[in-house]
Formats: sequence, C-alpha cells, structure tokens
Amino acid sequence: MEIIMAIVIAVLTSCGVYLLLRGRTFAIILGLTLLTYGVNLFLFVSGRLNPDSSTIIGVGQQYTDPLPQALVLTAIVISFAMTAFVLILALRARAELGNDHVDGQYNGEDLKP
Amino acid sequence: MNHLAIAPVLIPLLTGIVLLLGTGRPLALQRSISFLSIVLQLIVAMFLISGSFNGAITVYALGNWTPPFGIVLVVDRLSALMLLTTAVLAFFSLWYAVRGNDKPADSLHSVVHFLLMGINGAFLTGDLFNLFVFFEVLLLASYTLLLHGGGAARIKSGLHYVLLNLAGSSLFLLSAAMLYSVTGTLNMADMALKVAHASPEQTPLLTAGALLLLVVFGLKAAMVPLYFWLPRAYASASAPVAAMFCIMTKIGLYAIIRVYSLIFGNDAGELANVAHPFLWPLALITLALGATGALAARELRLQIAYLVVVSVGTLLAGIALNTSAALSATLYYLMHSTWVCAALFLLADIIMHQRGATADRIITGPAVRQAVMLGSLFFIASAAIIGMPPLSGFVGKLMILSAADSEQHTFWLWTLLLLSSFVMIIALSRSGSTIFWRTENRTAKADKADPGALLAVIGMLSLTLVLSLAGEPAIRFSQALANQVMTPSLYINAVLGHQIKGDDPTARGQDDE
Repeated sequence: MEIIMAIVIAVLTSCGVYLLLRGRTFAIILGLTLLTYGVNLFLFVSGRLNPDSSTIIGVGQQYTDPLPQALVLTAIVISFAMTAFVLILALRARAELGNDHVDGQYNGEDLKP
Repeated sequence: MNHLAIAPVLIPLLTGIVLLLGTGRPLALQRSISFLSIVLQLIVAMFLISGSFNGAITVYALGNWTPPFGIVLVVDRLSALMLLTTAVLAFFSLWYAVRGNDKPADSLHSVVHFLLMGINGAFLTGDLFNLFVFFEVLLLASYTLLLHGGGAARIKSGLHYVLLNLAGSSLFLLSAAMLYSVTGTLNMADMALKVAHASPEQTPLLTAGALLLLVVFGLKAAMVPLYFWLPRAYASASAPVAAMFCIMTKIGLYAIIRVYSLIFGNDAGELANVAHPFLWPLALITLALGATGALAARELRLQIAYLVVVSVGTLLAGIALNTSAALSATLYYLMHSTWVCAALFLLADIIMHQRGATADRIITGPAVRQAVMLGSLFFIASAAIIGMPPLSGFVGKLMILSAADSEQHTFWLWTLLLLSSFVMIIALSRSGSTIFWRTENRTAKADKADPGALLAVIGMLSLTLVLSLAGEPAIRFSQALANQVMTPSLYINAVLGHQIKGDDPTARGQDDE
C-alpha cells in the first residue's frame, strides 16, 4: 500500500513539474493541476495509511486521523478555485498577447510541437 | 475574552462583502465606506499595539477550542507592529486611491479589503495551515489587483506572478504535510515544542520541511533566486496597488521571522537555526542584485521596484544575523522601507501623469508641471530610501550595520550595504536629474496633481521624519519586540497555557468519553 501510494505521488509530481517547465500556458496549467493532485495525496497520507480503521469515531476500535482529511478538503477547494482563475487568466493572455507563450512572444525552437 | 484580536480580520471581510454588494452604487458612497473602514482598522491596530506595549501576548481561541486544538489568533508585539504598518500603508494608499486614482473603481475597493483581510490574518494566526489559507486569500486578491485596469503589460507580468505563486502554494502544502506527519500538530507553538524534542530519525524529514518552507517564504519575500517576478509586476501595477504591494514582500519576511525564530529558532534542539546558514549569503546576493537592477532600470517605476528588492536584501541580512539587536534594527527598517517605497510609487505615478507620452521612462522629456513641488518630494523620498541623515533610513541602516557581530559578518555587510547605498545614490540622482532638470523647453499638457492625492504622498513621506524624530520610543519598542521574539518560550507558554473562560473541567471530561 505504501509503495503504491509513494509511486503514484512521485509520478504525479514529476509529470507536474515537467509540464510546469514548458513554455506554453496550457501545458503549465495541466502541470499545476497534476502537481496539486500529487500534493493533495501527499497531504492525505501525512496522517498515515490505516486501511483497517474506521473514519467515524465509535464504530471501530481504531479510527483514522481526521485532520488530514479536513486539510485536504480545504486544499482541494482552494486549488480548484485557483485553477479556474489561472485558466481564465491564460485565455485572457492569449487574447491580449496574441499567443499562448508565457512570455507573450514566440522566440526559439522550444515551441516546436 | 477580548474580541478585539479578530477585528483586523472581520472588519475588512465585512467591508469587502458590503462593497461587493454595492457594486454599481454611486462612487462617492463606495469610496467613503472603503475609507471609513480603513480608518477603523487603523484605530484597531493602534489599540492592539498599545495593548502589546507591556509585553502581554493575547491569545484568541476560535470556537473556544483549547490550544493546541483548533485555530488560535495571537497578538504579540511582532504581529501588532505588522498590523499597524499595514494599516498605515493601506490608509495612505486608499487616501490616494479615493482622490480619483482608482479607476475602474467598481472592483478596486472591495478587493483591496479582501487583500487586507488576508494580510492581517497571516500576521495574526498561530496555526501553520491557517497561515497557508490566509496566504491564499491574500494571493487571490493580489492577483486580481495586479490585473486591475487591464492591458497587455499587466496581463503578461500578472501571468508570471500567478503561475509562480501557484507553484509556491503547492510547495507550502508539501512542507506543511511533512511537518504535520512528523509532529502531529499544526499549531506553531505546539510544533515548536515537538520539534525541540524530535528524535534523530525524525530530523531529516523535519529539515526537509523546514527548508521547503524557506523556499515558499523566499518566493513571497522576493529573495534571490526567486525575485524575478517582482520588478515587472510592481512596475506595471496601478499606483495604489503598487503601494499596497510594498507590504507583500514583508509578509514573506514576517513568516521567515516567525517560523525560524519560534519553531526552528535557538531552542529547537538539533534543528536550531536550520535556515540561517542559507539566509546570510542569499540576503547579500539579493542586496547586490537589487542595487544593480536599480542602476540598470530605464523606467522610474521599475527602478523603485528594484529598490524594494534592495530593502528585502537589507532586511534578510538583519534577520540572518540572528541577534536581538539585529532583529530590532530589522523591524525598525521594515516600517521605514515599506512606507517610503510606497510613497515613491505614488509619487512616480503623479510624475508620470505630468510628463505626457514620455511617462516614467528615464529619458529627456517635457518638463513636469509642478517641478519644484514634485522635485523636492522626490529628493526627500530618495534621501530617505538611500539612508541619508536625518531621515529614518539613516537610523535604520546604522542600527543594522552596528548589529553585525563577527568580523566576517561586519566585512561583508558593511561592504555590500554601503556599496549598494552608493549605487542607489547614483541611480536615483541620475533619474531625478533627467526627469526634473534635463528637460525639453516645454511643459507637457497635463493637469496639476490633485491636492488631496499630493497630500497623501506628503503624509506618507512625513512618516519617515516621524520615525526618526520619535526614534527613541520606536527603537525602544522594536528592542522589546526583538527580545520577545528571541524568547520563543513566552509565545509557547502564552498559547499552550491559554485557559478558556467558562470552561468547566468536569464537563470537559464527560465530553471526552
């Protein structure tokens, strides 16, 4: 379980960081989204993985740490709002600057598909 | 319980909502609500700071949860001082804005108050995750403010600012999760205790979390190598917004002071002062690069933005020295640099409007209409930011210089700080003489500056004189503040020893079962 979790977080984060370093806003926003998925999972498991314990107090002998669940909910809501904002901003930048490069202009080969 | 502690969060929140609902109402009404609210916040901040004079640490437990459970707001001397600095800055910026410099005004005022809510909350909170939430509140407001007014330049620099800060927020969450997974708490006072007693196998993860936090706060504070977003963003923002943003870098600095003195400070056992070896060289490089940027800038507002970077470098150096004297000097200089940089941004806006199409480029152009008035103000502001006597910049820099303790510190700090001041003299005298003296033989067709707006600039600039004339009480307060910050046990005891009023221990025992 721990290994699977660790691999999933690692893949999400590294894909996110790779896309974050691209030159076009669309790739960057996708990268940010993947990065926040990785971060949210990381935040979620910071309360340890307890497969056999209940989420409601009083149902079982053991219960999981409720705080990371609250934290990850907050983080999801915030990152959702931020993604919506940056998406609109990127569209606006595309309209104002005439292209979707982060510097507002094409220069060089890094933009070849 | 004293409810005044939460007022700096609630007042701007309610004002922001009211202003949002009042969109489309007469401008005069919106402006007066906004201005009244900031006056109220100023009064609250003064009450809070006078309450902290005797060293009392007010703890406000939200929802009446006994710390370390639940979120606490803490007012100590440091928080109170930062609140006052923000309120004064916002007071003059909004004063300037309501004198007709807030177009399109419909959206500006409510967002400014949401920004203030985030800033005040970040200064008050005693909970690491809550700090993240308030950071997000102020960042979202700042994204909107930066783009306020539109235009290609703002969109471009705004995009960089937003993307960088979103990546920064992810790092903040990662580090918060790391620290939580080891300590099992997010309350900063409780975390400080847990970190101090960390076992050797816990140290690597804690160190990683602590240093990741430094990256996050360094991004907010515009520390090398994370300052590249700042100059363009500040130079393209509208004047009242740029002035308000002068506090934004200081939020990062505040977070560095708070976290690396309280959680990872002198008492943190194996992790004591984990960030300071990184802070010292980065501070000096920030200082040097900021000064170089100011010299190279071809626009006045860009130059001022680089002066903000220089002040960040100076302040970081003061923090990295990690002594009570240095911290006291740092906080004195922090007030000074925030207010003077903001005044310079407002002044640059007035100058820009009187130069027609030349705007704020540092080239020969038409003469400004009120050359004597604006020229003298620019001279005073420059003298203050460079650090000439008798203004407060001189006092602050002198205190930071004399706080250098070891020979190596003295050598590097004196060389770079004095050299950067010299470079600033060259840069500012070049731009001042080009704008005011080396002009074409005509005056641009422009209206005179609004006297009210001019008065806001004069008011903000006069604060530097106040800071130096009232130097003795100000320095005494900042010394008391530094002593309080350097003794984290005071903060920890105040938070963890906080008793909830009307809390019956027997009733609580029954609740637990």
